[in-house]
Amino acid sequence: MSSDEVNGSAVGAAVDRMAGAVPEPGSAKRDPILVADGVKRSFGGLTAVDVEHLEVQRGTITALIGPNGAGKSTLFNLLTGFDRVDGGEWSFEGRGINGRRGHQVARAGMVRTFQLTKALTRMTVLDNMLLGAPGQTGERMAGAFLRPVWGRQEKVNTEKALELLERFKLIDKRRDMAGALSGGQRKLLEMARALMTDPSMIMLDEPMAGVNPALVQSLLHHITSLRDEGKTVLFVEHDMDVIMGISDWIVVLAQGQVIAEGRPSDIRSNQQVIDAYLGAQDVEGEDQGSGDE
Amino acid sequence: MDIFLILAESARSAVGPVAAIYALAAIGLNMHFGYAGLLNFGQVGFMLVGAYGVGISVAVFELPLLVGFLVGLACAVVLALLLGVPTLRLRADYLSITTIAAAEVLRLVYRAGFAEPLTNGVYGLQNLSTEFREWNLALGLFDPAGRYGFGSFSFSGSHMWLMTVTWGLVALMAALTWALIHSPWGRVVKGIREDEDAVRSLGKNVFAYKMQALVLGGLIGALAGCMMAVHQGAIAPDQFKPQVTFFLWVILLLGGAGRVLGPIVGSMVFWFLMNFTDKVLRGLGSEGYLPFLSGPDFGAIQLAFVGALLVLLIVFRPQGLIGDRKEMLINVK
Ligand SMILES: Nc1ncnc2c1ncn2[C@@H]1O[C@H](COP(=O)(O)OP(=O)(O)O)[C@@H](O)[C@H]1O
Ligand SMILES: [Mg+2]
Repeated sequence: MSSDEVNGSAVGAAVDRMAGAVPEPGSAKRDPILVADGVKRSFGGLTAVDVEHLEVQRGTITALIGPNGAGKSTLFNLLTGFDRVDGGEWSFEGRGINGRRGHQVARAGMVRTFQLTKALTRMTVLDNMLLGAPGQTGERMAGAFLRPVWGRQEKVNTEKALELLERFKLIDKRRDMAGALSGGQRKLLEMARALMTDPSMIMLDEPMAGVNPALVQSLLHHITSLRDEGKTVLFVEHDMDVIMGISDWIVVLAQGQVIAEGRPSDIRSNQQVIDAYLGAQDVEGEDQGSGDE
Repeated sequence: MDIFLILAESARSAVGPVAAIYALAAIGLNMHFGYAGLLNFGQVGFMLVGAYGVGISVAVFELPLLVGFLVGLACAVVLALLLGVPTLRLRADYLSITTIAAAEVLRLVYRAGFAEPLTNGVYGLQNLSTEFREWNLALGLFDPAGRYGFGSFSFSGSHMWLMTVTWGLVALMAALTWALIHSPWGRVVKGIREDEDAVRSLGKNVFAYKMQALVLGGLIGALAGCMMAVHQGAIAPDQFKPQVTFFLWVILLLGGAGRVLGPIVGSMVFWFLMNFTDKVLRGLGSEGYLPFLSGPDFGAIQLAFVGALLVLLIVFRPQGLIGDRKEMLINVK
């Protein structure tokens, strides 16, 4: 359907989007969209996240990897306002957003998905999508009675939703309840729904877990084309082939701390990473076990 | 015992003002639970503040009835904010615990000695429907002395006026619910019912929506309370026991939660069955078939029957009479 896009991303891949970045923990980026400092969170005695400094380069795919329990999901929750930090601050597109609540962070353009998929099961797939559209007059209580006004927005949003559903191969399911989708399809729906908000940065927590292998390729294609549209992608993943294949940059988290950063080639040869993560377990076997669905 | 007479009388009660008042309160509860997923176990508290808004305004301060309605509705907004502000950011169960306690505390406060100058304590307030009857005369709608309808379905003019207003309000609130739920606002609220974190992650202020739903459902509950005061002409605090809330839940689940017409169907069927079982039991009793039961036992048996009905409903039709199985709210695994 879109051989142009494929070519586009192939050409794009030749550019070094991380020009100038030094492969070391906390390294400075040319044009960071997200900058975090001293972000900390502990549960009882357990320090789940303790990130000294982290920058995410705009317009790249950055992978966040680390063994189970490393604090990846917790870091996502903290940065997106779904959990409260014990300390630290961070800014998105130059504006400090620490202390903002989840919906405010999303409105600022940083949208996340969840490791445990959150499809709104007793709503149709299309309704799930439409919920993502920002700035709807009809979502205000008084505005709900102005059908002519929101009806027009609804039409535009529906078109946009159908386009995305087409892209994510969910178009035939648009009238089905989201609860009737398979685990993998729910992951796709969640990602498509997040895109309805027009984010500048999308954070995906294990988007490939439970997705049918046949769909993984097209999902990867979606992720690269998001980057090629200028969006920033930060994603958590366990499949090493996937990570090495599409990431511009990799951040390695272990016991809440960033222990390494770099291009895929840097990470592959980083002894500390191999010790802490890759060497510690059978990577192939890990793929099977890491899915939540 | 004439079974046809009993059926006719039960049918009368299904379309009567009490069924309408309970339908109204259940429409409010449907907004809470059916759409926003808020577990409110104190809907009777909203009815109480509505009824006493009318009662105190009219009987104590001799204000116009319309002012009484507005006072009752304003009290419902205050109550919803008091309940919602501390609990709606927390897990769902906090709201349910708070509402059940708050409704009971309200009843105890309104009947307490120190509140007597306003509420007249346990004796309650009387003479609340004079102005309501005058409205009918002023509008010239129904002749209070006349009869309307036919056979067992004939009602006095003042009864017709009362039924017109209460069922009119039911229709209005059902229409309001329909309009809201079939709008993007309703989509957000239903999304919150499914998973509030997902909705939050899409940039919606979940707390504000839950608050709006709580206030709106509470207002409709208070409106039911206002109509209760008007219908009875007198109110007393002990009419607002927790049992009323549980009747409302039975009505909602019976009709179908998350359906616009669910509370209406539920209330009509519920009051039909309540009257039917009561009259059949009493009929059997008076003819000596139930020698082991005496007067007060009938009420208890009747409630047990309602309980059994609810159990059967959950087992065989968990989505309610007109519910949609795909959108079913009770998770039956
Ligand atoms: N709500 C919580 N309460 C207590 N401990 C938690 C909570 N959330 C996460 N943790 C702990 O924090 C650590 C990091 O968890 P998580 O961020 O989910 O890891 P990852 O996503 O990298 O697998 C784990 O040890 C986990 O058990
Ligand atoms: Mg995780």
